[in-house]
Amino acid sequence: MSTAHAEHEHHGAPSGLSRWLFTTNHKDIGTLYLWFSFAMLLVGGSFAMVIRLELLQPGMQWVDPNFFNSMTTMHGLIMVFGAIMPAFVGLANWLIPMMIGAPDMALPRMNNWSFWILPFAGTMLLSTMFMDGGGPNFGWTFYAPLSTTYAPASTDFFIFAVHMLGFSSIMGSINVIATIMNMRAPGMTLMKMPLFVWTWLITAFLLIAVMPVLAGAVTMMLTDRNFGTSFFDAAGGGDPVLFQHVFWFFGHPEVYIMILPAFGVVSQIIPTFARKKLFGYSSMVYATASIAFLSFIVWAHHMFTVGMPVAGELFFMYATVLIAVPTGVKVFNWVATMWQGSMTFELPMKWALAFVILFTIGGFSGLMLGIAPVDFQYHDTYFVVAHFHYVLVTGALFSIIAAVYYWLPKWTGHMYSETLGNWHFWCSVIFVNITFFPQHFLGLAGMPRRIPDYNAAFADFNFMSSIGAFGFGLSQLLFLALIIKCIKGGEKATDEVWEGAEGLEWTIPSPAPYHTFAEAPEVK
Amino acid sequence: MSVRKLKQAALVLFSSVLAMTSSHAWADKVLNLREGVTEVSRNAYSLHMIVLWICVVIGVVVFGAMIYSMFAHRKSKGAVAASFHESHKVEILWTVIPFIILIALAIPATKNLLLLEDASNADVTVKVTGYQWKWNYEYMDGDAEGVKYFSALDKASNDARQMNSGIDVSTVPNYLQNVDNALVIPTGKKVRFLITSNDVIHSWWVPDFGFKKDALPGYINEAWTRVEDAGTYRGKCAELCGKDHGFMPIVVVAKEEGEYKKWAAAKKSAAAAEAAAAASDKTWTKAELMAKGAKVYGSSCAACHQPNGEGTGPFPPLKGSAVATGPAAGHINIVVNGSKTNPLMAAYGAQLNDLDLAAVITYERNSWGNDAGIVQPKDVKAAR
Repeated sequence: MSTAHAEHEHHGAPSGLSRWLFTTNHKDIGTLYLWFSFAMLLVGGSFAMVIRLELLQPGMQWVDPNFFNSMTTMHGLIMVFGAIMPAFVGLANWLIPMMIGAPDMALPRMNNWSFWILPFAGTMLLSTMFMDGGGPNFGWTFYAPLSTTYAPASTDFFIFAVHMLGFSSIMGSINVIATIMNMRAPGMTLMKMPLFVWTWLITAFLLIAVMPVLAGAVTMMLTDRNFGTSFFDAAGGGDPVLFQHVFWFFGHPEVYIMILPAFGVVSQIIPTFARKKLFGYSSMVYATASIAFLSFIVWAHHMFTVGMPVAGELFFMYATVLIAVPTGVKVFNWVATMWQGSMTFELPMKWALAFVILFTIGGFSGLMLGIAPVDFQYHDTYFVVAHFHYVLVTGALFSIIAAVYYWLPKWTGHMYSETLGNWHFWCSVIFVNITFFPQHFLGLAGMPRRIPDYNAAFADFNFMSSIGAFGFGLSQLLFLALIIKCIKGGEKATDEVWEGAEGLEWTIPSPAPYHTFAEAPEVK
Repeated sequence: MSVRKLKQAALVLFSSVLAMTSSHAWADKVLNLREGVTEVSRNAYSLHMIVLWICVVIGVVVFGAMIYSMFAHRKSKGAVAASFHESHKVEILWTVIPFIILIALAIPATKNLLLLEDASNADVTVKVTGYQWKWNYEYMDGDAEGVKYFSALDKASNDARQMNSGIDVSTVPNYLQNVDNALVIPTGKKVRFLITSNDVIHSWWVPDFGFKKDALPGYINEAWTRVEDAGTYRGKCAELCGKDHGFMPIVVVAKEEGEYKKWAAAKKSAAAAEAAAAASDKTWTKAELMAKGAKVYGSSCAACHQPNGEGTGPFPPLKGSAVATGPAAGHINIVVNGSKTNPLMAAYGAQLNDLDLAAVITYERNSWGNDAGIVQPKDVKAAR
């Protein structure tokens, strides 16, 4: 009787499909998020392959221009809403409770729901490509009136999918905030929280602030399309520029939503492998908060060419370049953490260092884009494409991969294959630069973005970029192989896993038991 | 994907690798922003170089420190971790220094922006209207006042860019960078552009002039340029505007004042003759209408309804369609007034004269096996 009771108290994972369907366990839900986002990475990546195939050489060879536009649109939407954001929510689910000494997320049932909305929203979004008239073809920024009056019929399904993705994100972030605010172990004061937890807390507030704005934008689109309103239709007294203001009021904080948790991940990894405490912990927290604040007052730097009053352009230029200051502080702090450390270069560290260098390159081009009178040249060219792929691929995505390598032994109880991992790292780093670095030159030479064909003057760099893209895409299959291998077996991981690792998640066994911290640990 | 295509792709891959390794190919590579031909573009270029060098210097310092540390402070070399992890002095230093650099940058940036946005005291004003997928230029004052015409992708590029056209695009001069009717401006004069759109958002961009400006439906944006040297300057639409966004280039020809005046006079008399022909009640022969209609169809209709009249994606076919083979009145109505239902069709009544409309409708009713009689300009006039 007492044994049965004990088993009930400390039951393991239920088996079968219902485990995943009905789970309220933060680790299971984290796993679901991460697999979903990996699947979406491959889907969105295959769209990128179609784009790069058509751009491999001048002339139209593979897809017609309308389908090409759908590919750029779906690639962007799937990568942002399907791959990067859910991956970070997955990491938050796995790690936040373990890092703050909580038994689970604060709202476990809602947690289940926020995940399970995603596959349906994603499926609906992808299904638009099979509808009459084709899928959304107006770019991931879906500027009106191209996305309203002139859009294919499937756009209404796209709008519904965005609404559902928004619900999921909002619920996910409410859960993060409730967990961090209420479930920290005794002694875990705010200023003792690991930086990953801090960055996610701030990200969650950003999400709650801006996802409803996105929902508002698509709702106005919906009524413009179907119910005779004219929010964005100049012919009916509406304003197409309003759309861009609303969209970028969401869109700019959104880019920080995709990078702040990355800062958190890297701030966990570098101290571990430098065997030295993070330099300037409190300045890191303040820098994150200032970036979050600034992210709300810079949105119109995406719109310098729409014909704003010059005073508006000046304000948005000044506010934009100001972001370089707290971002610079972060980079300097990471370098200072490494300085006079005792470094080793296991794979998580390799990825984190690649992140610091390549993200900073993306930051430099960001500063250049922020200078309004030159942005009149850069805007809507491949220079912009290069910029945001440096911050989102070698920034956000690289940090997610770094995080997976860092915590995979804790999740699975096995060390990953070092050989496979090294192949994955070096192939990715080399190919990603072959893909995106030449795009700077293409943009400066005058190649606009979102075009399916180009003059032969742009041929060589496009060719290079396409070859790099194919290589980078294929390299990610190595990652898949490595993860599957690591789940199936491998060298046993110790509880601490990494020599210099600090934090509550390294005090529990590897693999992490189904339930952890049923009793709160004491944090000194 | 067929074996032939694979082979073709492999061949291209191989030859491109060869081409890229030869130094000749690298010689004419453009790596940097172009300086352009105006004060604004030269300012943009110098500012671009300043920011670029600042970034390079900061990059060298930061990455240098990082890479030095990666080699000097590694455990395998016996490095022992220091214990420092905070310094207010350093934090203040690396907050203040970037801030000062930014202020130094903001000063020239502000000056250039104010210059770029000052379109006052212009000598010539041209209204630029974006259409899916061509530009319309209308001279508002000066020697060419009243001159108004469309400018679309030239025929050679348009033929070559069709899917698997079989035309080697590297043999097409200025592929995708050439138009049928270029915009002509006088040199040495401040030319103001009033930029707007008839449908979706476009963006008018000539890199040599140093700016792009969005063409928005319902708005009129201002921009300006002053080109000192006569020459041909090429640009593109820079804002995604639908299917053929990649195929609406811009060509501006700057002419010396005398040449410009000659061009304006010729353009004006040609326009007057055309208007007279369109307005006359002359009855045209089928052959005349078909020949003219083929041209108009190529520039105004083929992008959506396709050269073979079979349509593509959401755009319906005309070959054997109910409209193009039914009563002429319905056909004239949809071409003149457009369609509000998906997919939306522009109202060509505002873009084309009666003769062009009659010709293109006749062409559509008598091509690809359609045989539904001819339409005269006076029929269109009566239906307007």
